[in-house]
Amino acid sequence: MLCQECQQRQATLHFTKIINGEKTEFHICDVCAKEKGEYIPGSNSFSIHQLLSGLLDFEQPKHYSETESKQRARESQCESCGMTYRQFAESGRFGCVKCYETFKKNLDPIFKRLHSGNTTHAGKIPKRKGKDLHIHRQIDELKQVLKEKIDQEEFEEAAELRDQIRSLQQSLDEKKEG
Amino acid sequence: MSLQRFIHEAISPWMKNEGPDSDIVLSSRIRLARNLEEHTFPVVTSNEDAEKLLNDVKKQINPTTSHRRFGDLSCLEMKSMDKNEKQVLVEKHLISPALAEKSPYGASILSEDESLSIMVNEEDHLRIQCLLSGFRLDEGLELANEIDDWLEERFTYAFDEQHGYMTSCPTNVGTGLRASVMMHLPALVVTQQMNRILPAIHQLGLAVRGIYGEGSEALGHLFQVSNQMTLGKSEEDIIGDLSSVVKQLVQQERAARESLLESSNNHIEDRVFRSYGTLAYSRRMESKEASQRLSDVRLGIDLGMIKNVSASILNELMVLTQPAFLQQYAGEALSPDERDQRRAALIRERLQLEAEKNQD
Ligand SMILES: [Zn+2]
Ligand SMILES: [Zn+2]
Repeated sequence: MLCQECQQRQATLHFTKIINGEKTEFHICDVCAKEKGEYIPGSNSFSIHQLLSGLLDFEQPKHYSETESKQRARESQCESCGMTYRQFAESGRFGCVKCYETFKKNLDPIFKRLHSGNTTHAGKIPKRKGKDLHIHRQIDELKQVLKEKIDQEEFEEAAELRDQIRSLQQSLDEKKEG
Repeated sequence: MSLQRFIHEAISPWMKNEGPDSDIVLSSRIRLARNLEEHTFPVVTSNEDAEKLLNDVKKQINPTTSHRRFGDLSCLEMKSMDKNEKQVLVEKHLISPALAEKSPYGASILSEDESLSIMVNEEDHLRIQCLLSGFRLDEGLELANEIDDWLEERFTYAFDEQHGYMTSCPTNVGTGLRASVMMHLPALVVTQQMNRILPAIHQLGLAVRGIYGEGSEALGHLFQVSNQMTLGKSEEDIIGDLSSVVKQLVQQERAARESLLESSNNHIEDRVFRSYGTLAYSRRMESKEASQRLSDVRLGIDLGMIKNVSASILNELMVLTQPAFLQQYAGEALSPDERDQRRAALIRERLQLEAEKNQD
């Protein structure tokens, strides 16, 4: 497909933008994208955020009438950094960790679109901050093995696993209390 | 300053090593975005807060800090550098243009060989970057992870179970990982296969762009291939997926080179030596032409047509002939017209060094 701007080069960027509820498809080449100063994924410029802000605007709950949804959007504001949903949509960037919580309702569709349908982290867990999470993941894994052992009627090993799980669980509970 | 000394200072030590598949993959880069729990993100933060964060970082990583893998670390603060000095770091790919231009309290924590740069107060609080020569994404990830763990002993990261590492931009959330390789793909461009390949790579969720220049007209036939998605996949899987595409590109580029040699050996040889001659004798050289000629010469080296010239000449001169470097070498600000003259002279001088080296 040829770039719709210059009609010369191959279009390498394809996306849909919603303007006043109208869906418009864009197919442009990197050169024209750069000249226009926007829409270049992966670059650090404003581009990606402009592209995002088109997307974010679109992601407001659809079951409200337009004015209501605008009102709602204006109302949701991060207590910690003061960022409003509108500001987030315009800049395409969070102001702080709490923004994730504040705008939670609107985020999943955005993450899905940006990350091939995914909304949940599946990668590295930090050693210190994620210590409990490491234990949770370990317990889940042990429970899985436990289930297999019981199915195979290997009760002695199952009992050992149960003790292990119990002590891991205890270490979590103690931390909560302490 | 002699050219040799200038090059010595201008070229990062990590660039001088060769790595696997370095005839096609010039370098590999891993970047991890991290934020600290207690602070608002740099995009909205006040100067006061940004300064406080920078001071915290400096307290933890001071001039006497040494890391067992990377050695001594030094902290370069944006506010104590002039515009051209910062631009030099951008051209060496050690910091981003955004850090140079928009972060009064930005800094880069650099290792001696410059393979590690931790940007402070960029879009995120901390951005760990590891650069390696050749095709070494796995090793890069291992190193970045090690620095990441080391930093986490000192700072409390913004992290939760669902979102993973929380970043300022929703495109980085989760792993915060951007992995990329710089590839030299002249044969795929010359045989006009790039136009077919680019959209296919985009469809696989990867981004391709020219490193200097854009799209299939990338200057110097240099392309950066990187992952787009950061959430919902492990770091290892992200790198595995990227690597398998890079491997295919390497194979296709090699095949294209072979078929070029078979079908039009004489044409390629002519092109290579014309470019060599132009570089060796020109009195004026625009950066666009320089990058094309350098790409041809590098291809000639890889194909065994040009002997006695180091393969690193392409990456080296692509960096050295950028505006900020030319000005640093000249020791003064240069107009575009003066730059074209200086660029031609620097390339001639550099090729002369190669010739002298071979006489010894
Ligand atoms: Zn175009
Ligand atoms: Zn906030």
